[in-house]
Amino acid sequence: MLDLLAGFVTELRNAGLPVSLTENLDAMEAVQHIPIEDRDAFKYALGATLVKNSAHWRSFETVFEVYFSMRGPEYKLVEGSEDELEQMWREMQEQMKQGDGRGSSGGMDALTPEEIAQMLMQALMNGDQALMRALAKQSVQRFAGMEPGRPVGGTYYLYRTLRNLDLEGMLQKLMDASRQEVGGELTALEERLEKDEYESRIEQFKKEIEAEIRRRLVADRGAEAMAKTLRKPLPEDVEFMHASRDEMQALKKSLYPLTRKLAARLARKRRHGRKGPLDFRNTVRHSLSYGGTPAEPKFKYPRPAKPELMVVADISGSVAAFARFTLMLVYAIQNQFSKVRSFVFIDGIDEVTDFFKGTEDISEAIHRVNTEADVVWVDGHSDYGHAFEVFWEKYGKDVGPKTTVLFLGDARNNYHASQAWVIKEIRQKARQVYWLNPEPRSYWNTGDSIVGEYGAHTDGTYECRNLRQLEAFVEKLV
Amino acid sequence: MAPRFTSVQQVREGLRDVNYLADDGIAGVAFLADRLAKPILVEGPAGTGKTQLAKSIADMTGARLIRLQCYEGLDESKALYEWNYKKQLLRIQADKNSDGWSEIHDDIFSREFLLTRPLLEAISAPDPVVLLIDEVDRVEVETEALLLEILSEYQVSIPELGTITATQIPMVFLTSNNTRELSEALKRRCLYLHVDYPSMEREKEIVLTKVEGITENLADQVARIVRSIRQLDLKKSPSVSETLDWARTIMLLNIDTIDAQVAKDTLHVLLKYQTDIAKAAKELSVDLV
Repeated sequence: MLDLLAGFVTELRNAGLPVSLTENLDAMEAVQHIPIEDRDAFKYALGATLVKNSAHWRSFETVFEVYFSMRGPEYKLVEGSEDELEQMWREMQEQMKQGDGRGSSGGMDALTPEEIAQMLMQALMNGDQALMRALAKQSVQRFAGMEPGRPVGGTYYLYRTLRNLDLEGMLQKLMDASRQEVGGELTALEERLEKDEYESRIEQFKKEIEAEIRRRLVADRGAEAMAKTLRKPLPEDVEFMHASRDEMQALKKSLYPLTRKLAARLARKRRHGRKGPLDFRNTVRHSLSYGGTPAEPKFKYPRPAKPELMVVADISGSVAAFARFTLMLVYAIQNQFSKVRSFVFIDGIDEVTDFFKGTEDISEAIHRVNTEADVVWVDGHSDYGHAFEVFWEKYGKDVGPKTTVLFLGDARNNYHASQAWVIKEIRQKARQVYWLNPEPRSYWNTGDSIVGEYGAHTDGTYECRNLRQLEAFVEKLV
Repeated sequence: MAPRFTSVQQVREGLRDVNYLADDGIAGVAFLADRLAKPILVEGPAGTGKTQLAKSIADMTGARLIRLQCYEGLDESKALYEWNYKKQLLRIQADKNSDGWSEIHDDIFSREFLLTRPLLEAISAPDPVVLLIDEVDRVEVETEALLLEILSEYQVSIPELGTITATQIPMVFLTSNNTRELSEALKRRCLYLHVDYPSMEREKEIVLTKVEGITENLADQVARIVRSIRQLDLKKSPSVSETLDWARTIMLLNIDTIDAQVAKDTLHVLLKYQTDIAKAAKELSVDLV
């Protein structure tokens, strides 16, 4: 047990979770108080002692599944121990036989795919957990075609299983069925609710399948090897440029609490900064109560100037996600700036400040940026040079000594002219000029990337691959 | 000291008796906190029953609840203890002529002149108490350090008086709305519990227990609509307390089934931003055929 826990903790650390020695000891002590056969309690005991950040919970869960999945009594892989499920299965079949006068004999294995689909629908209709679990098991066994020792990831098997089950169609069928049940049309609200209900059940079923595949893989390869393949970066470490759709969702979710935290921290920093210069009038006035002796010096309330911000973002395909996140972050904390203006470009440039004005919904504004902004000039391939030239012509006069200009992009210029003089000019007028690049530093200045050429004229170029780096930069900026 | 709880199950049932529906995670962590004698750091969105958990545990164990509401600028003299200097002055003046200085000195720094604040009160209390440190994320990082000694050793060191150690180990709850990252030192000393929005089934049960006279059918509808709304991308998702308010509103209006119109008209109880309301109203009636 001790070895297992030690391995578990090592894996958590490998996955990037900060687990200290005391926490490790706490976990060891905690599990002694928990009945070991209660898997949920065991999980919460470990979770409460080892994971101190809700964003890390998912990673913890995955590792936990891998290490302890096969140890619960209800998860035996041996067929013989599934009597109970088989029993239930037969009962279901009995019912079906009575229902439509046919049916098959024997266990689950004898069913045709159509019958499985039928059963699944039944299970989803009634929200029957046990049956869903049994079906997940069965469909993995049948459709995934898992081969021992084959070095493919779980997602491959998951895809194969799901393709055979056609869950999209299932949702449609379920909706039809519930419409029939009511006998006629559902109101829009009811329809929506039913759909959400079924979607959540199907989601649950998918999770069962995933868990089942994972169990089998662990049985085949061992926990450590498996954990390694499943290791995923924590949300704050996910790279903008290579995030999958799910990761994007997770990123978006973690962005909001992040901005709140950032805003709170910045506001506090602003307030608790050093004291301002001596306020002479106020000091003299207060000296009256000490008989004219200035015993209590008064200081001016510090009012550090809020910077004015201009964001110039490349939104071509390769870096669009990064630009989106940075814009979202900047606008979420826009009260930290006296004014924020934003421009987006591909090979043409357009000002999008208005999209953000008067709307509280940032994602809506971002959506409008993506669809409405006029950013294509010739062919829709990034041309930093031209975009900057136009920027200088049109908006260059607005850059003043209070302005901080922020360029976002990978500076992959498709071998166009760089027009780096624009940056140089801007720097002379502006307070500060920064360049954020979502590419790893080692890729800079390779191929058509000319970030070095632009970077020479800025006050700093920063690698900004994930939320963590972005957050650090924004804090520095304000 | 004898443990308060015998099993996770017992915690769960006990909480149910005082109308708090805990899930396995909550009950399990509460049980562990008692066994390991560690504080619980409860984190989660606003209005999911974090503070209520501490109250309910106090209720269930028959302990007194001592609450420390955190805010910016909270300091030692408001959280831990303070010397009652007025009384000290009086004491010195009263004895002006008689005793020697050292005697008075020893005397004015005694328990009699100590004003206990919530933290000190919690550990010096002879009766069982539950200590709730609410919204701990509101204090500055430096102030957090005040809490560390009491959280790990259950003692308070007062330079003039020595160390006061707890006579009985109180259950300690810290709640946080996650507006800032708490320090590692604080987190390390606590068990961590993340309370999220409840599952639909649990929410339905909560509505059923907390709203009097509501029918099962209506509670089910309420829970389902709220779940659908939470799936939307909103500025602020409805909290459990808002769900309860909504259910009560519907009860007051004598409505027994919720249709799109009713939902639309009462959405402002659930959602507090105009953009959210507009979005939810739109979403809930999109599929018009």
